[in-house]
Amino acid sequence: MTFATANSPFGKGVRDGAPFMLVVAPFGMLFGVLAGEAGLKLGETMVFTITSFAGAAQFTALQLMQDDTPTVIVLVSALAVNLRLAMYSASLTPWLGAAPLVQRVLAAFFLVDQSYACAVTRYETEPDMTLPQRMRYYAGSVILVTPVWCLSTLAGAVLGAGIPESWALDFALPIAFISMIMPMMRTRAHVIAALVAVAVALPAAAVPYNLGLILAGFAGMVAGARAEQVIERRRCAP
Amino acid sequence: MTGAGIEQTTLWIVIAGLAVGSFALRFAFLGLVGNRPMPAWLLRHLRYTAVAILPALVAPLVMWPAATGGTPDPARLLAAGAAAAAGWITRNVFAAMLAGAGTLYGALYLLG
Repeated sequence: MTFATANSPFGKGVRDGAPFMLVVAPFGMLFGVLAGEAGLKLGETMVFTITSFAGAAQFTALQLMQDDTPTVIVLVSALAVNLRLAMYSASLTPWLGAAPLVQRVLAAFFLVDQSYACAVTRYETEPDMTLPQRMRYYAGSVILVTPVWCLSTLAGAVLGAGIPESWALDFALPIAFISMIMPMMRTRAHVIAALVAVAVALPAAAVPYNLGLILAGFAGMVAGARAEQVIERRRCAP
Repeated sequence: MTGAGIEQTTLWIVIAGLAVGSFALRFAFLGLVGNRPMPAWLLRHLRYTAVAILPALVAPLVMWPAATGGTPDPARLLAAGAAAAAGWITRNVFAAMLAGAGTLYGALYLLG
């Protein structure tokens, strides 16, 4: 799937990021609808979505605020959902860490599941990319998703409860994430990491404040790293 | 409509806190570690960040969707399975999404 016109790093980023518009649009719309239902005014919804730029955490915060949860716990839970962003940040640092500060600030702001998934996959398959090429790729991967996220939130907030439940917008997120994950299963260690994470995540869903997610994530990472070592040792053994 | 249940002060504290906090989490390593080398054991764990955290985030949402009040829903389970299978076979994000969305709508229509 190569288009002659789209072979620049930026063009590749745009192309890899483009499918995510289909996912981000219903997701943003859903946030707009739910925020309106929770009593947020249009301006409040938009400030919220543009400044935090963090879908899943926004949904968490919105849900907990409606349940009259203490403010501190709302924030801690929502940020716990976002802890994965710190892990993404760490994971991209070997690839982007040498960039100028302004670029790193921008890359950090636009660090979302989609840009991370695109970037880490591309950087690993093309380790010869230069730093400026990696940055241009990164910019391309978010250039479509960002406006679509903001505009679809706006559309959801404006259309409000007019969107029928039968559209099942709630399931856009799981389908999107599953679709992103499967192509990443390049080695047996990746598969083991994912399976262990799921096996821990299901029982750990009962752990309060969304900490089960972090527990499961750590378990998966440790399992993946361990599996990699074992597999490598077996390969080297006589 | 639960409407107007959220206090203005609470709302703005949460909006500001989430904005600052999310950026801090995103910037933590990219900004503060920069191009200093990181130890091999850390890098080895970081390679599995995405394939651990994303499935952990999704698994409970698939098993107990909020839209059905937390009861497992055959249509959503089938859709998740279809997206996973298509993604595994084709290694193509877009194909997996289409398979998932198509199965979801088909199953919702057929199963009610």
